Amino acid sequence: MAGEKKKRLMQGNEACAEGALYAGCRFYAGYPITPSTEVAEVLSARLPTVGGKFIQMEDEIASISATIGGSLAGLKSMTATSGPGFSLKQEGIGFACMAEVPCVIVNVMRGGPSTGYPTGPSQSDVMQAKWGTHGDHPVIAVTPAYVQEIFSETVRAFNLAEKYRTPVMVLYDEIVGHMREAITIPEAGELEVVDRAKPECPPEEYLPYDQRYEIPPLAPFGEGYRFHVTGLNHKDDGFPTNDPGMIEEGNKRLLRKIENNKEDIWCNEDYYLDDAEVLVFSFGSTARSARFAVRKAREKGIKAGLLRALTLWPFPDKALKDAASRARAVIVPEMNLGQIVEEVQRHVAGPAVEGIHRVDGEPITPAQIIEVIERYA
Amino acid sequence: MTEAAKKLPRIVVHEKLCKGCSICVDFCPTNVLEMKGSIVAVKNLEACTRCQLCDLRCPDFAIQVFD
Amino acid sequence: MSAGAATAKKQKISVPFDYSKYLRAGKLPHIWCPGCGHGIVLKSLLRAIDKSGLEKDQICMVSGIGCSSRTPGYVDFNTLHTLHGRAVSYATGVKLAKPELKVIVVTGDGDALAIGGNHFIHTCRRNIDMTILVYSNAIYGMTGGQFSPTTPQGSMSTTSRYGNIEPSFDCCELAKASGASFVARGTAYHTQELERILLRSIQHKGTSVVEIIDSCPVYYGRQNKFKSASQMMEMIEKDGTVSVKQADRLPPEKVEGKLLRGILHEAERPEYCEEYQRLIDKVHGK
Repeated sequence: MAGEKKKRLMQGNEACAEGALYAGCRFYAGYPITPSTEVAEVLSARLPTVGGKFIQMEDEIASISATIGGSLAGLKSMTATSGPGFSLKQEGIGFACMAEVPCVIVNVMRGGPSTGYPTGPSQSDVMQAKWGTHGDHPVIAVTPAYVQEIFSETVRAFNLAEKYRTPVMVLYDEIVGHMREAITIPEAGELEVVDRAKPECPPEEYLPYDQRYEIPPLAPFGEGYRFHVTGLNHKDDGFPTNDPGMIEEGNKRLLRKIENNKEDIWCNEDYYLDDAEVLVFSFGSTARSARFAVRKAREKGIKAGLLRALTLWPFPDKALKDAASRARAVIVPEMNLGQIVEEVQRHVAGPAVEGIHRVDGEPITPAQIIEVIERYA
Repeated sequence: MTEAAKKLPRIVVHEKLCKGCSICVDFCPTNVLEMKGSIVAVKNLEACTRCQLCDLRCPDFAIQVFD
Repeated sequence: MSAGAATAKKQKISVPFDYSKYLRAGKLPHIWCPGCGHGIVLKSLLRAIDKSGLEKDQICMVSGIGCSSRTPGYVDFNTLHTLHGRAVSYATGVKLAKPELKVIVVTGDGDALAIGGNHFIHTCRRNIDMTILVYSNAIYGMTGGQFSPTTPQGSMSTTSRYGNIEPSFDCCELAKASGASFVARGTAYHTQELERILLRSIQHKGTSVVEIIDSCPVYYGRQNKFKSASQMMEMIEKDGTVSVKQADRLPPEKVEGKLLRGILHEAERPEYCEEYQRLIDKVHGK
């Protein structure tokens, strides 16, 4: 029936896989790891049905490597993992940043460090997502909080990866990864799907890192555009360079292409922000508790509000500064021992900034957040 | 012997590419080549049998033998 | 040295091979040291590719990190210079995503067998269609001469100052045991034999591994008292190897301690991308 949407009860990791397929993902390489394994399981069954490729690699490093290879051959590509695997994938993430290869890396965060708490949730990889690989590099990370949002944010992650020629991370935690919620699968065309820009020039004129573009089009291998890809600092033609000026310009352009487009990349949810005096800044499943806490505070007459980041990197400093300018306190609940709270402190002058941290494998409860909100009421 | 049979080969050394490893000199079966400083040179073209070993074993794309 | 005189007679050709059609303009001289065998191997490879009839657009050359891994920068194919040890994993992604590409991996002994050892054996196990060329010079050259998994016991290196105490890998046995369906060994010295081996490896369907013994005169040679690149080629590549065809006819004492050259293993096994396509067809009820 026209207009009747397909509703399904779906687990977060399954929604991630379905979102990837909706976005046009046709290549997945992965390695089993709790709590992300269901992404691979679903795609191993679903990808062949759409003519896509799934491969289970011998380890995490091989998985990100094959993902990048698949993307260079022209397919929208993804890998998924969790903390320990995310650590191993960092060298490949750096390569994808440097060589500007679109791909999506899902990290279903679990407790760490090391093997940590495989079946418990955490938000302690958020700084690793930003700085995990060596060298200065751009980062885009999205942080969905609901199963429906895992679907849509995975689609957005692919769009951003293809549009900006960069790896994009989808960061969520074990809670929402394993949670089952009713979601509506969007119709084809309902969500925007961005395809990779291809070069229009003749092959002999093609420069894979053409300085005339902010984001140069990327030709797939095997379609007549023979070019070179390397993780070394390179010139506009892709070949390595030792020229100090070119090295600097290349590194700066990487950062610039994200920095100049933050308005397009950012995505936040505002909840009672207009007159909020006590601001909660949150992301991921913790934001679900934060939202509930803000509502309860409002019921008690406290002017609380929530700024929820769906794009955590690049950091939503503009929205935060704006909301914080009207607030007397900014509360940052996060399932780690203080990562994003320091980023908030960096950007906020004036209001008190207080973190709420939890690393026992249990979620931060609304009660914990309400308690702090009331202190600043 | 006809004139053509007596025609000498032409050995081309790309001096900008030669790194002076001496592999071609050492393996030439008829001692056609020698090192002049750090670059290979032809010392006895008449002895060249056009076997191409110098080209085949040159790591630097620096020597070619034309008929 | 009179070496090669016998083979020289067979190979009289009047026009030198034109490598320039496969080389990217303006990239020579290459970075390899004087006497390094990598350039000789590259030339054998380009002649083999020429004989294979493959178009340049069809070829994707993937490498890792190290001296040999700089090869893709010089050749006019789709080229991908990746991370240390990971070449075959990147190559697996490229091949599976676009099976019509001919994937050639250029890697070294340290790259393929040490840091990339796990990827190497699993790539062989899958028997995915790609040609893996292991340039084996028994040393880490790019970092200045440390021992590698193929450095002979007793050899000197900058990290084995009293002689290497570690046993070495046999790359070909490892590839065969891991499931590669084509395994061969050649040397830079036997440049035309190598060309024939490389052509066969490129034509093979499945994972083919060719270990290519070549010499690093600057880092391995100097530390182990070799006088020149050509002396290394004579002693290691010529005298240190014996062709599989000759080996059967020679008395055991003439073969002992030598590496076998030629095609060492060839088998027909299901190829990964074809198996994957069968899986897709099965899902679609074909």
